[in-house]
Amino acid sequence: MHRIVQKRQLSDEVFLLRVEAPLIAAARRPGQFVIVQADSEFGERIPLTIADADPAAGTITLIFQVVGHTTHRLAALPEGGAIENVLGPLGRPTHIEKVGTVVCVGGGIGVAPLHPIAQGMKLAGNRVVIVIGARNAKLVILEDEMRAIADELIVCTDDGSRGRKALVTAPLKELCERSPKPDLAVAIGPPIMMKFCAETTRPYGVPTVVSLNTIMVDGTGMCGGCRVTVGGQTRFVCVDGPEFDGHQVDFDNLMQRLRTYKPREDELHERCHLELGIARLEGRRP
Amino acid sequence: MTHATPETLEAEARAQLDALLARAEPLKAKDRLKIPPQPMPSQPAAVRRGNIEEVALGFGPAQARLEALRCWQCKNAPCIEGCPVRIDIPGFVRAIAENRLEEAIAILKRNTILPAICGRVCPQETQCQEKCTVGKALKDVNAAVAIGRLERYAADWEREQGCAAPPAVKPETGKKVAVIGSGPASITVAADVRREGHAVTMFEAFHKPGGVLLYGIPEFRLPKRIVELEIATLRAMGVEIRTNFVVGRTRTLRQLLDEDGYDAVFIGAGAGLPKFMNIPGENLVGVFSANEYLTRANLMRAYDKARAHTPIYPSRKVAVLGGGNVAMDAARMALRIGAEEVHLVYRRTEVEMPARVEEVAHAKEEGVEFHLLQNAKRILGDEYGRVKAIECVRYELGEPDESGRRRPVEVKGSEFVMDVDTVIVAIGNEPNPLIRQTTEGLQTSRWGTILADEATGQTSLERVYAGGDIVLGAATVILAMGEGRRAAAAINAMLATR
Repeated sequence: MHRIVQKRQLSDEVFLLRVEAPLIAAARRPGQFVIVQADSEFGERIPLTIADADPAAGTITLIFQVVGHTTHRLAALPEGGAIENVLGPLGRPTHIEKVGTVVCVGGGIGVAPLHPIAQGMKLAGNRVVIVIGARNAKLVILEDEMRAIADELIVCTDDGSRGRKALVTAPLKELCERSPKPDLAVAIGPPIMMKFCAETTRPYGVPTVVSLNTIMVDGTGMCGGCRVTVGGQTRFVCVDGPEFDGHQVDFDNLMQRLRTYKPREDELHERCHLELGIARLEGRRP
Repeated sequence: MTHATPETLEAEARAQLDALLARAEPLKAKDRLKIPPQPMPSQPAAVRRGNIEEVALGFGPAQARLEALRCWQCKNAPCIEGCPVRIDIPGFVRAIAENRLEEAIAILKRNTILPAICGRVCPQETQCQEKCTVGKALKDVNAAVAIGRLERYAADWEREQGCAAPPAVKPETGKKVAVIGSGPASITVAADVRREGHAVTMFEAFHKPGGVLLYGIPEFRLPKRIVELEIATLRAMGVEIRTNFVVGRTRTLRQLLDEDGYDAVFIGAGAGLPKFMNIPGENLVGVFSANEYLTRANLMRAYDKARAHTPIYPSRKVAVLGGGNVAMDAARMALRIGAEEVHLVYRRTEVEMPARVEEVAHAKEEGVEFHLLQNAKRILGDEYGRVKAIECVRYELGEPDESGRRRPVEVKGSEFVMDVDTVIVAIGNEPNPLIRQTTEGLQTSRWGTILADEATGQTSLERVYAGGDIVLGAATVILAMGEGRRAAAAINAMLATR
């Protein structure tokens, strides 16, 4: 059992839970994730990225958007409550070194896993430019935390309700056109955003790392559900990733695979709204 | 085929048994040969396709005694040679024949700690029963004494009595052993090491212990309550079980030895990444490894659609690629999940199939269609990237290869397309990569299996032992248990001198 020591609602759909997990807090490094299960008997196992950790307090911070059954259940848990199963840290840590200027692009909930990576890049001595994007002002998360790290912070929203009215690819393109151009880009967010970030940097030859969040069951290299096509080869997100060369990832295949259980997920989504008494959120993304 | 109920089979056996027991003169070999092999009572195929309950129901008491009376009690006992853990087979079979069940189970437990499981899942026809003199005399391995079914009978009897006491544990030695994984090899090591009085911690990555017995082998072949009972026995012995703990990530193997005070480590981490065919279309939506499909169905209980939150792909026509037990399990599970048609595609013939004979027979009875001497060449998708068909090619058997099996050769130009919406790939696993990747100095083979001494399980690292699929590649429960036995003995011997 993992006690929830802090709970915050960051936006309509986004929650932050600080959870007791001393071993994970001690071992985790930027880029890694956990598998969470709300109950052992019939719960599903879902991967969630680790947004932060405090080894001294023995806690990890999870930030997630309510999309499926488990995220709804987690969102309904009170402070002081507990999550039954948390496994981790999983995946290969981000390769962090001093390369010069690093552009970190986070879209929506992708800002959460980007946070420890940006932190690590800064600590390694890089100049860190951070671009965060969301559909609207209410969905912008971790702006203050990112500002504290960034040498330069650009916020943009789809509707212009906060920062620039732009998609993250617009400032990313401008940054690539600067001289000198960035030495590395890290893009984390919805697959479609990562795809277009990779397309944006490709003509400038800026190496671009993306972090993939796929369907997973065990998360330890056993089920193969997380496989993706990278450079024409099959790779496993849980043990080969989650980070890959964005210029090599077959995003179209990734997006198709993410929709494998779509009809079932929609059905469960309806059901858990009824069961948990959660009001339908407006403007929920499919 | 008509289906005999368990009651009918037991009544028939009872009449024959009574007649035999009423005879004054002892049974001769030729009398024993005349006793018909006892059929395993089972759920009717049409019924069991629609449920997840165990298919084979187990012998009744008269059936068990009658089957046991078929044994010749050979002095040289070739069956023992066929058993990876050298169970005294004539001994326990005789005890059943003479209705001394407590003695039967005691004999079994001298060599195996998991008789209820091995009796169900061992490939007996290539082990003990292959060597059986009765089978040889009848020129049919399937007419050998049903050793596995008798083993199951004795173990089930003991469980139903509720008299299985956990093995005695010697006084605490103050030494600590870490066991990585909770499958058959690890369960064996945990029990055997704990018996000597050493503290044992078992680390399992999943949220429930049991390994392949839980996530891999389906309920209809191995009820989970049997696995849970074995785990409960370990707990009763004082073994600490830590779930949600993946060695290599949560803590490294080195940390367990150097910082956490473990005197020895046993690696029984089992199978890892599923193998795929490396054919076009394998990452389409609707293509699954058998590992994933079965884990969803078994461990995550996706078959219970009303309660489980883990989804499973809704299939109408399924192709399963492979011919082993896992392929049979996946095919039969797909039927139970609701598929209308399940096609098993295997590139050799039924003779070469590595699956247990009983599983092949059960799969056929349940309506799995076998496509032998065929192989998948390409998987075809629709505009949404979902599987819509599979292109296969026919094979014929050529010259024998190094394994002695005739090598299948592709028949040029014999390609054809089969409409399916789901493909399950069941052609085996690579060993789990995590420990290899995170443990310096641990020597592995070029296939990624951990190199370990055959007699002791000792790896290239001091105080580190390994066994089961992580060493053998894909093997069986009984072989994993045998390796666990040897490794535990070596660990106990090493700790005695430390």
